Amino acid sequence: MLLHVHGLKKGFPGSERKITVLDGVSLSLDSGEVVALTGESGSGKSTLLHIIAGLEPADDGSVLFDGEDICLMDDGGRAALRRHAISIVFQQFNLIPSLNVRQNLVFHARLAGRAASLDLPALATSLGLADHLEKFPEDLSGGEQQRVAIGRAVASEPRLVLADEPTGNLDEDTGQAVYDLLLALARRTGAALLIATHSMRLAGAADRRVHLSHGKLTK
Amino acid sequence: MIGPVFTALLSHWRRRPFQLATLLLGLSLATALWSGVQAINAEARKSYAEAAGILGGGGLSELVRTDGGMIPVKTYTTLRRAGWLASPLVDGWLSADGGRVRILGMDPFTIPQDTSIAASVEPSLYPELVGKNGVLLANPATAARLPDLEDRLRAIDGLAPNIVLADITTAQELLGVEGFSRMFLAPVQPLLRPDLASLAPELAIRPPSTANDLGRLTDSFHLNLTAFGLLSFAVGLAIVHGSVGLAFEQRRPVLRTLRALGVSARRIVLCLIFELLTLALVAGALGIIVGYVMAAALLPDVAATLRGLYGATVNDALTLSPLWWLGGVGIACVGTALAATNGLWRIARMPPLSPARPRAWIMASGRAMRWQAAGAAICLAAAICVATFGGGLASGFVLVGGFLAAAALLLPMVLSSLIAVAARWSWGPVGQWFWADTRQQLPGLSLALMALLLALAANVGVGTMVASFRATFSGWLDQRLVSDLYVSLEDEADIPAFMAFLEGKSEAVLPIWHVDAEVMGAPAEIYGVADHPVYAANWPLLSALPDTWDRIAGGSGALVNEQLARREGLSVEDGLPLPGGWTTTVIGIYSDYGNPLGQVVLSLGDLARHYPDVDRSNFGILVPEQGKEALTAALTEEFELPESSVTDQGAVKEFSLSIFERTFAVTGALNVLTLAVAGIAILTSLLTLASMRLPQLAPVWALGLTRTTLGRLEFIRALVLAALTFTFALPVGLVLAWMLLAIINVEAFGWRLPMHFFPLDWVRLGALSLGAAGLACIWPAYKLAKRPPADLARVFSHER
Repeated sequence: MLLHVHGLKKGFPGSERKITVLDGVSLSLDSGEVVALTGESGSGKSTLLHIIAGLEPADDGSVLFDGEDICLMDDGGRAALRRHAISIVFQQFNLIPSLNVRQNLVFHARLAGRAASLDLPALATSLGLADHLEKFPEDLSGGEQQRVAIGRAVASEPRLVLADEPTGNLDEDTGQAVYDLLLALARRTGAALLIATHSMRLAGAADRRVHLSHGKLTK
Repeated sequence: MIGPVFTALLSHWRRRPFQLATLLLGLSLATALWSGVQAINAEARKSYAEAAGILGGGGLSELVRTDGGMIPVKTYTTLRRAGWLASPLVDGWLSADGGRVRILGMDPFTIPQDTSIAASVEPSLYPELVGKNGVLLANPATAARLPDLEDRLRAIDGLAPNIVLADITTAQELLGVEGFSRMFLAPVQPLLRPDLASLAPELAIRPPSTANDLGRLTDSFHLNLTAFGLLSFAVGLAIVHGSVGLAFEQRRPVLRTLRALGVSARRIVLCLIFELLTLALVAGALGIIVGYVMAAALLPDVAATLRGLYGATVNDALTLSPLWWLGGVGIACVGTALAATNGLWRIARMPPLSPARPRAWIMASGRAMRWQAAGAAICLAAAICVATFGGGLASGFVLVGGFLAAAALLLPMVLSSLIAVAARWSWGPVGQWFWADTRQQLPGLSLALMALLLALAANVGVGTMVASFRATFSGWLDQRLVSDLYVSLEDEADIPAFMAFLEGKSEAVLPIWHVDAEVMGAPAEIYGVADHPVYAANWPLLSALPDTWDRIAGGSGALVNEQLARREGLSVEDGLPLPGGWTTTVIGIYSDYGNPLGQVVLSLGDLARHYPDVDRSNFGILVPEQGKEALTAALTEEFELPESSVTDQGAVKEFSLSIFERTFAVTGALNVLTLAVAGIAILTSLLTLASMRLPQLAPVWALGLTRTTLGRLEFIRALVLAALTFTFALPVGLVLAWMLLAIINVEAFGWRLPMHFFPLDWVRLGALSLGAAGLACIWPAYKLAKRPPADLARVFSHER
């Protein structure tokens, strides 16, 4: 088992009392598995992904990645994990605006020390970005920017890709295309994919679907 | 892994070359001004040390006459016979091109080898030095100023400037004196030697003098320069702080992405430190080059100032140590660290998902306004405490520094209040929006405006001081230059013929006889004046007993200049010991601006009686204006005088004022440079704010204001803020001027000047500040006016 989340709890201080976002969430993912995480806006999908990625601490519970508890790692350990094994695709793309498309695509692979094995032309072609390599993010449309973000994520050969509503900022057709691309690339590289979305139609294409509601995960 | 992170961070600058340029410009200007001033100070101090080494005997004690007179040869031989290991020295001044040079006559055979003089002269030169017509040694620049002695001069590199070394006999011959000025004492003396009091009771042992003596005298000037350098450095750092802080904030999304991609906060901070260090090294290198060029350009004026104000000689050329170069780079790094510490600290503590909030970063400065006001009160209170309970020049500078810091810290609050008042009087929706928006911009621009305030206040303050000095000096010259013509005779034997020639051709002939001597332990000039009503009518007295000039003419006292009175704490009716072992009474104190030396004025009779060797070759002549030219021609023809020997009052005044102007050229240059740096600070702030202004401007544009109108309003806003800053800077500058005139000048130079006001100068400076702000704003305003509508429309979409 690649990822095992057990009894995860997370709350945020509210104006009157603490708001519980995750209330004992447990989840497992095998290598190469594609799981869709659905739920209403504000249900805690992003928080769950952020905790799995080590970007936010949990209040309680454990996140075992390859048997190691991410919650017990220090900042350096979590950073190393993101560098080498886990990639994230954000809703807001989060490209580096001062680097061009080519540089953004290879960036994570360079951090992971895997740039040498990266076939950039093939990746750019599969992303439909072959003609945009020298452009800067501000010159691209939203769909194109998200494709760069996906390319960056898979270029580092991660074992787990976390996608936080990657189509949330895109129109329906573009969103579908981006989603298909993400799925195809994940399957091709053998990476597990945990994708947060509130589109039931997109979630239908995953191997499995879990639903987050009121801090609990249901199938 | 460092490579890609560093590439990502540096790519920010590649996409924003102008921001990078302003950062480098700000830091290199700050470094240049600071290291330029340090270069000048270092060169001056090196020259003092060289001169003091020669003059002060390299740390040896000396024997001097308590009354300041010459030591007879007989006293010297008595001491030597009794076992005292003393070596005689003759010390005096020779006329030279461009002023005087100091001649030191020494005895090569007895001079202790520990002295700098002995170390300066190769023993192989001794045979040429001794005896009549012995050679003179000087550095090439000094030798070139003595063309009359060309055949006897030997130029030697490395000798202290403005000093000629000679054998004791040669010095006596050239100075026309007998005996010795003082004697060096060898560091080891025989134990069983007779007491000095029993051998020569008129002598006393003077402890070793050092470079500190001249250093102390000139410290005030160097402190002044350092203060200016520091002010400019602070103004430059305002640019760096703004650019670095904003760059950190603009890159927050990148930093967040880097964290998400697995780069630890520690590594990011290390990369940023490395990036800043690289920038500091580049800017530091540029800065020290500019600083060197600036120092080399200003040094001749500084040397002239030090010569004019203190009689201190400084090399005109820069020879800087590696330590100075390292210091320049070091100060650039320290400045960058100061400017960036806050930003780095925030990034180190930033959570991985922290959003970018450049607007919040700006508004946080707004919240700081209240703290700044409290800081201003603390600065002012501390400065007043130090000035009240402390003393001396350092306290004066603490007061000035505290006052300026308080004014700068108060500026945002003052501007905010002024804008609030203006908003109340505004009409129409655009006017209301304009003032509200201007107030909102204030926090983001406050640092640049503080820099402008400091530059303007320094300009008003220093400008008022210099102009007050100029007005006072000019008026004082009018009073002090009582004669219409000044004549120097070639030969004192011509005096009877000269007096007979002027009989009936002039209203009066006033001898200007003087002798250089040591008064109360320091070099001074003693003048004699004739008994003539012109002095009573014109001479500028600060305090005096009644019937001053009658008392002088009657030989019952002397006048002293303000410098001597302040230095020795002399007041009217105090006793004044004079060379030759006699004492007289101070009956008046007169102002004597620009003179580095103490001065005493006696009656002609007293002067001639006590100092028979007095120089009698100079005269002042009172003559009606229309007769000046004819008399000048007649004198030069009759006595075969060179043209330079007859000078009219106007020429003397013009020459004195030209020296004055040169003296303050450095201050003027630093003033302009500081103002230029402040202008760049405004430009930097406006440009960096421009990109963040879109969310505020887009709605107004959408409501119907054209981009041209928005650009025009941006331009007007910069002018309004500059004008308001100038309005506040004016009173701040005038208080600064008062502090400089009433506190700093008195401590630094020994004289107090009255304060004059020059409203026309203020108008000119106000126009200059508006011009600087206008120039700084023209490009950002133009860019806004030409901004593609799509950029503004994008604000309303979610794509950004």
